Amino acid sequence: MDWIPILNNTASSIISPATIAYALAALGLAVHFGYAGLLNFGIAGFMALGAYGYAISILTFGLPWWAGALIGMGAAAVFALVLGIPTLRLRGDYLAIVTIAAAEVLRLLFLTTAFDDVTGSADGLSGYHGSFRDANPLPQGTYGFGPWEYNEVGWWVRILGIIALVLAAVMVWRLMASPWGRVLKGIREDEDAVRALGKNVFSYKLQALVVGGVIAAAGGVVYALPSAVNPGVYVTSLTFFIYTALLLGGAATVFGPLVGSLIFWVLQTFIGNVMPALVTAGVLPFMSNIQSQTVRFILVGIALMLIVIFRPQGIFGNKKELTFVK
Amino acid sequence: MTRTRQAIASRLPRAAVLLVALMAALLAMLAFTASPASADEVDTDKYPNRVSGNVQLNGEPLEGVELNVSGNGVDTDVVTDENGQWAVGVPEKNADYTVTLNEETLPEGIAVVDEEDDSPNEKETTVGPGGRVSVNFFIGEGERNVTGFADQLVQRLITGLRFGLMLALAAVGLSLVFGTTGLSNFAHAEMVTFGAVAALLMSQAGVPIVLAAALAVALGAVFGFVLDAGLWRPLRRRRVGIVQLMIVSIGLSLAVRYVFQYIIGGGTSQLPGADARPIPLFGTVALTPIDMISFGISIVVILAVAGWLLFTRVGKATRAISDNPSLAAASGIDVDGVVRIVWVLAGALAALAGVLYAYYRPGIKWDMGSAFLLLLFAAVTLGGLGTAFGALIGALVIGLIVEVSTLWIPADLKFAAPLVVLIIILLFRPQGILGRRERIG
Repeated sequence: MDWIPILNNTASSIISPATIAYALAALGLAVHFGYAGLLNFGIAGFMALGAYGYAISILTFGLPWWAGALIGMGAAAVFALVLGIPTLRLRGDYLAIVTIAAAEVLRLLFLTTAFDDVTGSADGLSGYHGSFRDANPLPQGTYGFGPWEYNEVGWWVRILGIIALVLAAVMVWRLMASPWGRVLKGIREDEDAVRALGKNVFSYKLQALVVGGVIAAAGGVVYALPSAVNPGVYVTSLTFFIYTALLLGGAATVFGPLVGSLIFWVLQTFIGNVMPALVTAGVLPFMSNIQSQTVRFILVGIALMLIVIFRPQGIFGNKKELTFVK
Repeated sequence: MTRTRQAIASRLPRAAVLLVALMAALLAMLAFTASPASADEVDTDKYPNRVSGNVQLNGEPLEGVELNVSGNGVDTDVVTDENGQWAVGVPEKNADYTVTLNEETLPEGIAVVDEEDDSPNEKETTVGPGGRVSVNFFIGEGERNVTGFADQLVQRLITGLRFGLMLALAAVGLSLVFGTTGLSNFAHAEMVTFGAVAALLMSQAGVPIVLAAALAVALGAVFGFVLDAGLWRPLRRRRVGIVQLMIVSIGLSLAVRYVFQYIIGGGTSQLPGADARPIPLFGTVALTPIDMISFGISIVVILAVAGWLLFTRVGKATRAISDNPSLAAASGIDVDGVVRIVWVLAGALAALAGVLYAYYRPGIKWDMGSAFLLLLFAAVTLGGLGTAFGALIGALVIGLIVEVSTLWIPADLKFAAPLVVLIIILLFRPQGILGRRERIG
């Protein structure tokens, strides 16, 4: 079998838009789950708002791409407020159920044929790239070397994605080192103690939900930048994949979500390429080509279980910082 | 919960071995793969412009429906793929085409409905300057456009009741598991799908469906037992936190869900008898024999479970543990033994619900659990987390909302309605209908 394209694809996934999008979403989730202790299972909904907000602003309202991105993130902030005000007073597992339900409602609203003109229902949205590509300062051509060779559009998406990621990571890092971040971590450890100090716990949680939600929506925008918005992406499985990436790296860290997403996608791409190649080479005679593509998702589930059982702090985390383990 | 047993039990190695054995057993059943039909896109590479669409019934794609696109020199036949999608390439922009849906190829009792149109299965469409147009038909029960509101309501109420009873079968198990172990089991819907997939594989292997369904329920009980013995009990022994357990159940759900895809492929498969003709009962209400059997089984099983909870020693012990596990253990109840029984029961009930759900949808798909899971959570939360009878009431309410809401909202949003209701109810009564205030913390 031919290892060169397999390794090429795997190396290329290191800076793929999907990896950057996952890293942003996982970073947002780190603010929710890792730092504030909020069990948000609706991260796919925040990403969908980013992606659809971006595409709909451009297609339906004819706005420039940067305004679309801002609207996508703004929609996520509004969603966080609407979701948080009623539910943040509830116990953790109620919040989990409400957020997963809210994200699913959003997805069904994007999917229904009732709003086909705006959302494209099952077909999703595409063809919104005009103003984004016009804003590209890179001249036409192919740049890079080895596996990282992309055309000007590919680089423009990646450069913007990485800038957004670095900004978000620095922001989260500074926020968590600030008094605000310390209060947030205090809430995670012992809500009542923080309340006894006179802090408005509810307000802090709500702020955390908005901040993390906006970062996750930025991930959704990056996901939508290169090609199209497909409603089949923003399912509950996406939330679970983001959780896997986050927990792999470490929930209450800044680097964890980034490295976790990187490892997640590198392994996904590698297994997704190597399994069909093995089948074609006749090494796995009991497996069909389609089945070999499913194996990697089975492995994600098993990996998630093993991480949470045996190393809940992830690669970078500190076990003392994990209240969810207690 | 004796100290000695806890000390003797070797913990995670056994868990890991059993888990691997479980996965291996599921992987070993990998003989069947669905092959998708291929005539869903015709001439799309020949012409730049296209007419496309999506044929769905209540949000479920319909496969194998024949359509015809004609006008401007084309007369093309096309068949929907497993996602209900079709596309036809056409030569001219800014031109009119006629799309005809062959109603003969729709399932029995289903038609294209449109009250304002005499021939609703024929549509005129214009391919605009974009070169693309999508054409969708309103598809539903054929009698829908002639029945009045009251008749529709009765029909929906009965379907909703049937769905609610089926949902209750699974919800009671989920609620009992939550009550006795504190676990919000995200993999519960996979236990439901497990029943459907087991019945499918056996019936494909030639087992009569009644026997296959019974065996599927038995296998579901075994599945529940294996999950408890191989995974959840060792984790409880390790004193793994509640949230951690919840995330483990998510991982399990993902793994098992994709194992199903591995085994049965990405398409939708039908159990035998799913296309039976409805028999008119009274008014406009018509049910297939399987609907009626499903009704009967659900009611009998739910009454049996309720009786078990209320009147038997183990049932009472289960409720005692749900109330206060430490107190129950202190008064001599074998908590681990009861939890094991609860898992076996939950597995069997979930598998039964899965077989019935396969007929209700109709069809078996590897990810059919993901929508079901949220309805289950909605039912259990609505009734009050951890209360078995609350789950029953919650499930009935959710079932009715799902079906009755389609009188006012598009059918592809019917699973969104109960989730919205859930969120609203949590605002005003977060403990649910039968729950107690202290549980919400």
